[in-house]
Amino acid sequence: MENEIIKPENLVYEKPKLMNDNAMHYCPGCSHGVIHKLIAEVIADMGMEEETIGVSPVGCAVFAYNYIDIDWEEAAHGRAPALATAIKRLNPNKMVFTYQGDGDLAAIGTAETIHAANRGENIVIIFVNNAIYGMTGGQMAPTTLIGMKTSTCPYGRDVALNGFPLKIGNILAQLDGTCYVTRQSVQNAAAVRKAKKALRKAFENSMAQKGTSVVEFVSTCSSGWKMSPEQANQWMEENMFPFYPLGDLKNVES
Amino acid sequence: MAKFRGAVVVNTERCKGCNLCVVACPSDVLELHPREVNNKGYHYVYMKSPDACIGCASCGLVCPDGCLTVYKMKIE
Repeated sequence: MENEIIKPENLVYEKPKLMNDNAMHYCPGCSHGVIHKLIAEVIADMGMEEETIGVSPVGCAVFAYNYIDIDWEEAAHGRAPALATAIKRLNPNKMVFTYQGDGDLAAIGTAETIHAANRGENIVIIFVNNAIYGMTGGQMAPTTLIGMKTSTCPYGRDVALNGFPLKIGNILAQLDGTCYVTRQSVQNAAAVRKAKKALRKAFENSMAQKGTSVVEFVSTCSSGWKMSPEQANQWMEENMFPFYPLGDLKNVES
Repeated sequence: MAKFRGAVVVNTERCKGCNLCVVACPSDVLELHPREVNNKGYHYVYMKSPDACIGCASCGLVCPDGCLTVYKMKIE
């Protein structure tokens, strides 16, 4: 029976064509892989394979340029929006996006992010928020939830000592330069489909010169959180979503 | 009786055995292989009950490594 079904005309899902065969270095079950696939799919759907320039960050996604066959640049830590600004201003016909984690975007790169968004640069900022520094061993990030345990706050984040978690998406939504700020997730098939639509809208906005679009992905870090991937997804739904609610924070239609 | 039949082809060398597709499957088709491992040492996923597959592609959508290719066919 399988031999009858497995035919090219019956194909409903495959690895995006823009994604190459390099084995990804991400841990099993990492949300980065799904987000990479969505970016590859959206770029291919828009027919912008030759016109897209990505800027990869420092963090777990530092090797993003190894996996999606488009043009890439690698920015210094946190400086992806500044580099993307330069690329987009010099090549206004290119589709430019940054791909950043919370340590890159919300900690060391806060200034670059806020000013690029405030200038209304026509770029897409893809922000993967897993509330932890994944690559360096699970340290506390600005986005770490109150009471959440990490390797540098083993008794849980204490407000008196470590301050409050940073909702950078909400801050960016208040700026006049942003046209679209949305918070998505990729923990199940329905969420993945929704996130793909949001990504597509963000990329279209950047080509329509509407301003900066920000797509925040609330995601997991099963290694850093010390859980199995499915437990991490469940933990995210129970703990991350109440603090980082999903949905559009800003959507300027014009 | 399902109107659609599906099949999942697994790139076993790319699979990291994260189990997310197993959880995502509404028909309980997939399972991590209890004994076999790939060259990286991961228990890769395989079709435990291929007859139950409806080709919804939920597994493929949630797979972080793009290991799954899904086929779907309408049956009379």
